[in-house]
Amino acid sequence: MLIKKPADIRPSEITTKDNYLNRRKFMQAAALAGGSLVTADVLPAVIPGERRAKLEGVIASEYSTDEKPNSFMDVTTYNNYYEFGVRKEDPYRNSQDFEPTPWSVEVTGNAENTGTFALEDIVKPHTLEERIYRLRCVEAWSMVIPWVGIPLASIVKQFKPLSSAKYVVFETLHDTERMPGQKSRSLRWPYVEGLTIAEATNPLPILAVGVYGEVLPNQNGAPLRLIVPWKYGFKSIKGIVKIHFSERQPRTSWELAAPHEYGFYANVNPEVSHPRWSQARERRIGSEEGGGLKSLFSAAKQPTVMFNGYGDHVAHLYDGLNLRKNF
Amino acid sequence: MDNLRQIRFIWKPVVFLVCLIPAFHAAGDVYGITGDLGANPVENLQDRFGNWGLRFLIITLAISPFRLRSGWNWLARFRRMLGLFAFFYVLMHFLTWLLLDQGLYLSAIIEDIAKRPFITIGFAAFVILLSLAVTSTAGMRRRLGRRWQKLHNWIYVAAILGVWHYWWQVKLDVSDPAIYASALAVLLLYRIWYRYKNPRKKSLAK
Repeated sequence: MLIKKPADIRPSEITTKDNYLNRRKFMQAAALAGGSLVTADVLPAVIPGERRAKLEGVIASEYSTDEKPNSFMDVTTYNNYYEFGVRKEDPYRNSQDFEPTPWSVEVTGNAENTGTFALEDIVKPHTLEERIYRLRCVEAWSMVIPWVGIPLASIVKQFKPLSSAKYVVFETLHDTERMPGQKSRSLRWPYVEGLTIAEATNPLPILAVGVYGEVLPNQNGAPLRLIVPWKYGFKSIKGIVKIHFSERQPRTSWELAAPHEYGFYANVNPEVSHPRWSQARERRIGSEEGGGLKSLFSAAKQPTVMFNGYGDHVAHLYDGLNLRKNF
Repeated sequence: MDNLRQIRFIWKPVVFLVCLIPAFHAAGDVYGITGDLGANPVENLQDRFGNWGLRFLIITLAISPFRLRSGWNWLARFRRMLGLFAFFYVLMHFLTWLLLDQGLYLSAIIEDIAKRPFITIGFAAFVILLSLAVTSTAGMRRRLGRRWQKLHNWIYVAAILGVWHYWWQVKLDVSDPAIYASALAVLLLYRIWYRYKNPRKKSLAK
C-alpha cells in the first residue's frame, strides 16, 4: 500500500466535484449558522476528512454496484460509532483528534500464523480494491459507499486458520482516553463482532482501509474496519485491533445489549421485522443539492431487498437455516 | 395600559413569536439558510419536532406549579397558548412521519400504528392532544362546563405517553428521554403532593 503525502493534493482532486461543492456549501452554512440564535444543534466548522491522503494503486472490482454513491459529506457525518458517542454527528465531532497510526492487530486462536502484526504488514501483500457497496443499517436507512480495502478471504488465508476454527471474531480498540464514547456504558466494551468461517471466506466481505479513494477517516473506523454488505451495518466492526479464530460462536456486542432485538447473523431481511420497527423498507440517505421542501417529499422509502441485494453471492451460506429464528 | 391589556397586546404576541423560533429555525434549515438538515433530513425534522412537542408539554405543565410557588398569577394567561404550541409541534412531528417518512403509504402506516407499540402510544398521545386542542376555545370551555376540566386533565396522560413513546423508540442510550421523564415526574409528584396538602381544592389548575 502506497500512501502519498497529503500536502500536494488539492481537495478538488480527491473527491468528485459535487462533493467538493457540497463541502463549500457546508462551510458557508456553518459560518452562517454561527451567527444565528439557536446554535445547539448546528454543525461545527470542522470539515470532516479534509486533506486525507490518497490511496495509490487501487483497482476496480466486479462486485461494485453501479448505483450512485452517497456524497462524501453523508458518508463522513452520519455515522454509528458508539466509541465516539451515540448521536449520528458524534463520531466525526469527537474523533478528529484520534491518532490511528501506528496501529497493530493481534491475531490469536486456532490459526498457524498468529501474533501481533503492524497494519502495514497485513496490508502490504495485497492489492487494494475499490468496492462500491450498499450499506443497510438496522435502523432502516441505507447508503451507497465506495470503500477501498482488501478481500477478507485473502487476509484470513494469510493467517492460515486450522480446521478447528469455525468463527472469525473481531474486536475494536478499547481505550477510554482515545475513544471518549467508551466512558459511557452504552455498550459493553470492547465492541465484538464475528462471522462464520464460511462467511469470512466469501468473496464479498472486505477489510477496508479507505473510502472515496482516500485513507479512511476516523469516524468511519480508521485505520481498519470490516465491511459485510449483506448484513446490517452493526456487523461491520470499526477500529479493529484483534482478530481471533474461534471454535465457538462469539457473543457479539449488540446481542449482549439486546438479545431479542439483535442476533449473531443479522442478515438484511425485509421479512423479519425488528421487534420495534419494520425492516421492509429503507430510507436512502441523501441531503439533496439545494434542499427545500421538494427534496424532502422525494425522500420516500424504498423496498429493502433480501440479503441487501447480494443473495446471488451469499444465499447458499444459509441453506437449511431458519432465518426467522437466526435473525 | 392596565396589566390585562399589556399581557394581551404586548406579552402574548412576544411569547407567541418566541414559541415559533423552533419552527422558523426548521424552515431555515430546510432551505439551507440557518443551517442544514444533515444526511437524513426527514429524521432530523421528525426528531426536532418531537423534542419540541415534549418540551412545550413540560413547559405547559410547569406553569401551574410555578404560578403557585411564585404567586405570579398572570402566568396562567399563557397556559393555553403554550399548550397549543405543544400540540402544534406534536402535529408537525406526526405530519413529518405521515407525509415524509411514510410517504402516505397507507398499509405501512396502519401496520405501524397497530403493530409497533411505541408508535401506537405515540399516536394515542397525538389523538389526546388533538381533542384538547379542538376544545381549547372559550366557547368550548363554556359548553363543556365541568367536563372540560376532566377532559383537559388528560394532558398528563398525553405527556406520559409522549415520554414513553420517546423512551421506547431509542435504540440504546436513554439519557435524553430520561431527562424528560425526570422533569415530568417532578411535575406530577408536585401535583400529588399539592392535592394531599390541600384536600378541599379540586385541582391546582383552577
